[in-house]
Amino acid sequence: MSVRKSERLLNLLIMLLVQRHYVPKERIREILYAEASDDAFEKMFERDKDELRALGVPIEVGSLDAFFEEPGYRVRPDDFALPEIDLAADEAAVVGLATRVWQHARLADATSDALKKLTAAGVTVDESALDIVEPQLTAEEPSFDVFWEAAQERIPVTFDYQRGGSAEVATRRLEPWGVVRYSGRWYVVGRDVDRDDDRVFRLSRVRGTARKSGPPGSYTIPENADLREVTRRLAPAPRNQETATLLARAGTCYGLRRRATSGERVDGPDDASAWDRLSVPFAGTDILADELMGYAANVYVEAPDELRKVIVDRLTHAAGAR
Amino acid sequence: MSSAASGAKEQVARLLTLVPWLHQRGEVRVDEAAAALGVTPAQLRRDLGVLFLCGLPGGFPDDLIDVDYDALEEQGVVRVSNADYLARPLRLTPTEASALIVALRTLRDGADAATADVVDRTIRKLEGAAEDGARAAQQVDVTVDRRERELDGLRALLTKAIEAGRQVHLTYYVPARDENTERAVDPLRIVSAQGGTYLDAWCHLADDYRLFRLNRIVGAEPLDLPVSEHASEGPRDLSAGIFQPSEDDLRARLLLETAARWVAEYYPVVSTREVGDGRLEVEMYVGDPRWLQRLILRLAPYATVIEPEEFTESSRAAARDALRLYE
Repeated sequence: MSVRKSERLLNLLIMLLVQRHYVPKERIREILYAEASDDAFEKMFERDKDELRALGVPIEVGSLDAFFEEPGYRVRPDDFALPEIDLAADEAAVVGLATRVWQHARLADATSDALKKLTAAGVTVDESALDIVEPQLTAEEPSFDVFWEAAQERIPVTFDYQRGGSAEVATRRLEPWGVVRYSGRWYVVGRDVDRDDDRVFRLSRVRGTARKSGPPGSYTIPENADLREVTRRLAPAPRNQETATLLARAGTCYGLRRRATSGERVDGPDDASAWDRLSVPFAGTDILADELMGYAANVYVEAPDELRKVIVDRLTHAAGAR
Repeated sequence: MSSAASGAKEQVARLLTLVPWLHQRGEVRVDEAAAALGVTPAQLRRDLGVLFLCGLPGGFPDDLIDVDYDALEEQGVVRVSNADYLARPLRLTPTEASALIVALRTLRDGADAATADVVDRTIRKLEGAAEDGARAAQQVDVTVDRRERELDGLRALLTKAIEAGRQVHLTYYVPARDENTERAVDPLRIVSAQGGTYLDAWCHLADDYRLFRLNRIVGAEPLDLPVSEHASEGPRDLSAGIFQPSEDDLRARLLLETAARWVAEYYPVVSTREVGDGRLEVEMYVGDPRWLQRLILRLAPYATVIEPEEFTESSRAAARDALRLYE
């Protein structure tokens, strides 16, 4: 059964591809669907066209001449075939490497299918000549596929979203412009329909299933939309970096030492051990304060004053009711 | 895989690649063609069986695509002719082209100038061959930061060592104890789970299998020593999850205020319970009490330990000790 269908699909494609003019529906039926009833023919033909289109076959519909209403179909060879693409050996090699970047099943398949088409066009891939570090792109967020597709098809998406640090889950409606990976996380950028404004959502905070709602081409993406700019503006971004001067007890604070730009042995706030003065770049007092709290009596803040105050405050709290 | 392989649509997609691939190469051995196109030789033979029935809509024998069955049966060689109208593969779909272009841009981010130049040329050619794919790629923006690139470099080093069967010396940061530890390991594989990437290895220091989170590896040096016999025992079953509580683990119950709720997303917890006002009660296994102590101080004053009770007092004592430095 499946062989019959594969055969029919391929014959349909060939038939539409080799004719210069539109092929009348009646003729298609005569040759490929001769045994089907009227109803069955309509159903099968629709489904077959859909399946070919899903593969990327550009089936055109047109009328044969001004007097007949009956539609005809064709596939233009120039629209069907991959244009000549002449990749040099090193270019083909980076394409080969690129097929290993996506760690996301669907997109990994898409890149290896693309590579197969390129090799079918005569490209030969030899990766052995290259020695470069291979990056990997993961996308474990379950809603990633929906937002990727919706942005490409321009279909609005409805989803439940939980903002950071909040228990509340709210339903949002978005016209996605695109997906952005930034600081190791995926975001979707678009126009929030209810708020009528640009918004950025972190995919890991989408709850439940994101649903496409609407036909393709439901909206247009503003021409000046700059995904990167919108994400930097709206996502909690690393702020301007400051540098903290900290004293760390010898043999402790390895997490801080990894990031320190300088360190020297000094006299510390107690004599229980030796101390080192570290310069540690940071963005956001609260974030660094969280980390320093964890080191308890193994770290001492010299500067900036604001950080010092926050730490003394929080330690006072944590030391408990007096 | 089996359902995809048996679908008519997928079969047609394979044929639309197979025919031009053969057209470029003339005759090719079955196993070679199958390997190059990522199918089994048996599937390739079945696909050829369909091709044999297809051709121009004239109905004459000459109209059909010619698959040379004698060559196939006797020499194991694929030879297809009379299919010139399928000599070019199908265009790249927007998803194929954009996924490839985004992957190439990501590759370019970490490459040296010479390679970046190669990647740029490649992207331009692909964009020329797939305009709608190029447009679709504008809707994806990927930035790989310095930290991620360092991890890529580390992963490359570990992958090489795994393939070569060499031991690696690791300097590994253990946050629970705030210690850098030194050890030799037999690297086995790299696994991703729960948002982190880990090296699964036999650790010669612990004399047991261990998982090392890549972003806590401070240094890695390949050693000129082959891996021990433990490496050949095969990969462990990690299907139950990366974090498997052991019997010695402490069971802790925490109360998280809104500002500390992220703990439940970031660390593996046994259970969570909303207790009103945005507060969350969580239960978790704790391997090292020092880790919990540090966590509570980090979260102060937005988290409290309900159980075991003594943590409340020891956290307070640690805070008092720290406060004394400023007096």
